[in-house]
Amino acid sequence: MPHFDVLIVGGGQAGAYAAIQLRQQGFVGTVAIAGRENELPYERPPLSKEYLLGDKEWERLLIRPASFWQEKAIALLLGLEVTAVQPTARQVTMNDGSSLGYGKLIWATGGEPRRLACPGTDLKGVHVVRTRAHADAILGQLSDVSRAVIVGGGYIGLEAAAVLRKLGKEVTLLEALPRVLARVAGEDVSSFYEAEHRAQGVDLRTSAAISAVEGLDRVSGVRLADGSLIECQMVIVGIGIIPSVEPLLAAGIKGENGIEVDDFCRTSDENIYAIGDCAAQANRFAGGAVLRVESVQNANDQAACAVKAILGEAQSYAAIPWFWSNQYDLKLQTVGISSGYDAAILRGDCAARCFSVLYLKAGRLIAVDAINATRDYVQARKLIEEWAMIAPEDLVDTSRPLKDLPRL
Amino acid sequence: MTTIVFFEPDGTRREVEANPGESLMEVAVRHGVEGVDADCGGVCACATCHGHIDPAFFGRLLAMNDTEDAMLELVEDQRAANSRLLCQIQVGPELDGIVIKLPGVRR
Ligand SMILES: Cc1cc2nc3c(=O)[nH]c(=O)nc-3n(C[C@H](O)[C@H](O)[C@H](O)COP(=O)(O)OP(=O)(O)OC[C@H]3O[C@@H](n4cnc5c(N)ncnc54)[C@H](O)[C@@H]3O)c2cc1C
Ligand code: FES
Repeated sequence: MPHFDVLIVGGGQAGAYAAIQLRQQGFVGTVAIAGRENELPYERPPLSKEYLLGDKEWERLLIRPASFWQEKAIALLLGLEVTAVQPTARQVTMNDGSSLGYGKLIWATGGEPRRLACPGTDLKGVHVVRTRAHADAILGQLSDVSRAVIVGGGYIGLEAAAVLRKLGKEVTLLEALPRVLARVAGEDVSSFYEAEHRAQGVDLRTSAAISAVEGLDRVSGVRLADGSLIECQMVIVGIGIIPSVEPLLAAGIKGENGIEVDDFCRTSDENIYAIGDCAAQANRFAGGAVLRVESVQNANDQAACAVKAILGEAQSYAAIPWFWSNQYDLKLQTVGISSGYDAAILRGDCAARCFSVLYLKAGRLIAVDAINATRDYVQARKLIEEWAMIAPEDLVDTSRPLKDLPRL
Repeated sequence: MTTIVFFEPDGTRREVEANPGESLMEVAVRHGVEGVDADCGGVCACATCHGHIDPAFFGRLLAMNDTEDAMLELVEDQRAANSRLLCQIQVGPELDGIVIKLPGVRR
């Protein structure tokens, strides 16, 4: 049975970055990545943006070129899924029946797109966007599509809507909640994006309930709970992910919605780490709440954190969460975690399409959404790290940069 | 062919070839140059592609836009007069021989 000093399960953002960091930090032991997708590690954000639009070709999504993994002696075991973990024996079983031994295991499996719970979701033409294969399936069908329905008004759904509009498709976007981006942003940001998408020609409907996806073999429409039918040739579902953690849970590792990890990304087994979208960790920027953060930032920073711990230089995870989303000519940059805010302050002018929303909790700045306002984003990041308290009447004053505002 | 010289954070000299139209960030990533993480994949949203540009070439580059200038504030402590985000610089023959020092990404 092959044995690796560090075995990484999942060759996505977090897994790839963990391997890169191991070598960068001088680790000389054996390293392998076992990944289900038969692809070199690549970036997912362009799948709902430039890649879907046809603006960025595949090779430019690769996190590193093929030669890199060879030069760094990182074994890529691709097209293989880990189906079981035996923590005591320190080995994993793969879907081809083979086994691998490990010294340390890094679980970096991300998640599976959540599917709609209604009839008709397995019809042809119903898509999700998590992998290259998903995006290619959409691209392969696009020329036959004039009308598309997007389900889910999160970042991915909104980005996909923007791309399809740019490609000249008629787009209906259905959000179940009363506003888009409801889980991640305040009302000002939601209503701004709703207005932008409508101005771009998206038929955007909130509080929408779907009763079925209809069609014979291919999708022909989406039936709403009120009985109306939206005709379409394509449905893209972007309603979140379910973390891929069954093999670890089955092995008795602690977790539920994600694998629980400590400040060093270690699971309840000292030889197993979990990082990226599948890891649930107490986050100091969310008041210590245990949560999964789905972003490139979190994937990379947790990867670096786990690697330090494995190399005996453990440092508590303390990275500030940040995220971006590009739609049309709008550049949204988010920093901090806004959940639990008790005041949201609008800085700048929505009509000028350049503003930020600052979220406060008990007077302290906890998060910012900056739209075409990079300087606010950058300066707020430092203020959030310092738990700064700034008077709301100062925060709205765009004549002064955030960093120059007096602290209370 | 356009040759780009990177100095990795530990001082290692890397002389690599660039394809026309690539950004300097993409050149570095494609050659596995250490010190460029490119978390955001080149959309000027992360500042993990920060480099110090050979002064002889710095003035010849297209000026940076506001967004890039703002993003550079994130790496203020490593910033110098010749700082740029490498994803914002497109390679052309005029950059042949350019030297870039990479201060390294902190995590
Ligand atoms: C369309 C899209 C757009 C996005 N846009 C942004 C953005 O703009 N900004 C941002 O910060 N983030 C964005 N994200 C989120 C970001 O891409 C993720 O947070 C990041 O990829 C998480 O990395 P990960 O390694 O945890 O998971 P992934 O990158 O999903 O990698 C997990 C890998 O593990 C594999 N795997 C799963 N189970 C097993 C198993 N049992 N055995 C072997 N392999 C397995 C999977 O097939 C996959 O290849 C976006 C994501 C998507 C899908
Ligand atoms: S790659 Fe992110 S700013 Fe350049």
